[in-house]
Amino acid sequence: MYETTYHRPSSIDEAAAMFAKGSESKYLAGGHTLIPVMKQRLASPSDVIDLARIKDLVGIEPTSDGIVIKAATTHYDVAQSAIVKKAIPALAYLASLIGDPAVRHRGTIGGSIANNDPAADYPAALLALDATVKTNKRNIKAGDFFKGLFTTALDDGEIITGVSFPVTDKAGYAKFPHPASRFALTGVFVARSPGGEVRVAATGASQNGVMRVPAIETALKANWSASALDGVKISADGLMSDIHGASDYRANLIKVMAQRAVAAAG
Amino acid sequence: MSTIKLTVNGKAVSADVEDRTLLVHLLRETLNLTGTHVGCDTSQCGACVVHIDGKAVKSCTVLAGQAAGSNVTTIEGISKGDELHPMQAAFRDNHGLQCGYCTPGMIMSAIDIVHRYGGKLDEETVRHELEGNICRCTGYHNIVKSVLDAAGRMKVSQAAE
Repeated sequence: MYETTYHRPSSIDEAAAMFAKGSESKYLAGGHTLIPVMKQRLASPSDVIDLARIKDLVGIEPTSDGIVIKAATTHYDVAQSAIVKKAIPALAYLASLIGDPAVRHRGTIGGSIANNDPAADYPAALLALDATVKTNKRNIKAGDFFKGLFTTALDDGEIITGVSFPVTDKAGYAKFPHPASRFALTGVFVARSPGGEVRVAATGASQNGVMRVPAIETALKANWSASALDGVKISADGLMSDIHGASDYRANLIKVMAQRAVAAAG
Repeated sequence: MSTIKLTVNGKAVSADVEDRTLLVHLLRETLNLTGTHVGCDTSQCGACVVHIDGKAVKSCTVLAGQAAGSNVTTIEGISKGDELHPMQAAFRDNHGLQCGYCTPGMIMSAIDIVHRYGGKLDEETVRHELEGNICRCTGYHNIVKSVLDAAGRMKVSQAAE
């Protein structure tokens, strides 16, 4: 790892000011992506600004129409939260599948979505649940937030403060994890809103990161059941192909994981 | 360089280290607490697990600065003098280690698991919860036995306190 300067601001405004001062600053939350890439010397920030201790960035709150998970809330806290388990149990379940226990004690929802790894779990939940990413400047709908591999709509220096999830009628998540890394070889989040809108998002599958799956959405809107997907064919075009799985294998996994997610959602 | 102040195994510690220093290197190289191991150095194997404020974390993926102000517990800090921690005793009694390289991380993760689950541990849960700790002697069978044994002992010792 190259030398850097570590900062621990106590407020969001102080963090943004520190970020602007550094020549090549990076925000740090749980650090479970940034520190590994710094160790590999793929990132060499001049300044590392630790957001994890800012009190306004930690916690989970119910709202009038859903819940807000603040950005530096750990995966462990989301998985354990009575508020999340009551409002959107599939989201608590998803958080319980990320990495391993020690990773979940450090990793955060804000860090995960800011990084937008194409095999991360949270992006699928945000996209399927039609969540809104809140930053220190604005609100961004999940559909506008994820912009392809490791790319988001965030401006330089912008800080995610939390994610707002609306209540849902039904939601489920199923993941086929890579056996060593626990990243999603393919994971699918299915959700039906109280108004009957169905949204389905797959992670780990597309070359462009998290994606919606219209064919499955249409089938589930007509008939919310795992068997409704029996005849659905998912195209392998644009899906990842690597040593872990070819694109047609992942295309099939999208369907199978969607069926398991629907079964889990009930 | 920064001065890092934290509590390690109950003792206040202050060290001047580069900001890029990882917690595991602060522990091993500055504080000479070499019981915490570096295995994969990629936050997968779990040989470096310590507790920060009571939670198991991989110290190879935490900057020393992030731990400033925290209570850190390492494998050296869990026994009471010559009396082994119940988890250490259970690993010894159940032959829960072969080469021993992964053992400090296994024990720190296992204590965290027992704290989180209390007496509600079964074999499947232990195996699932140990996903982030890798033993290359492939000795998981006795490790799981050790954790389950210790869970019973820790319950008894907590009840006695």
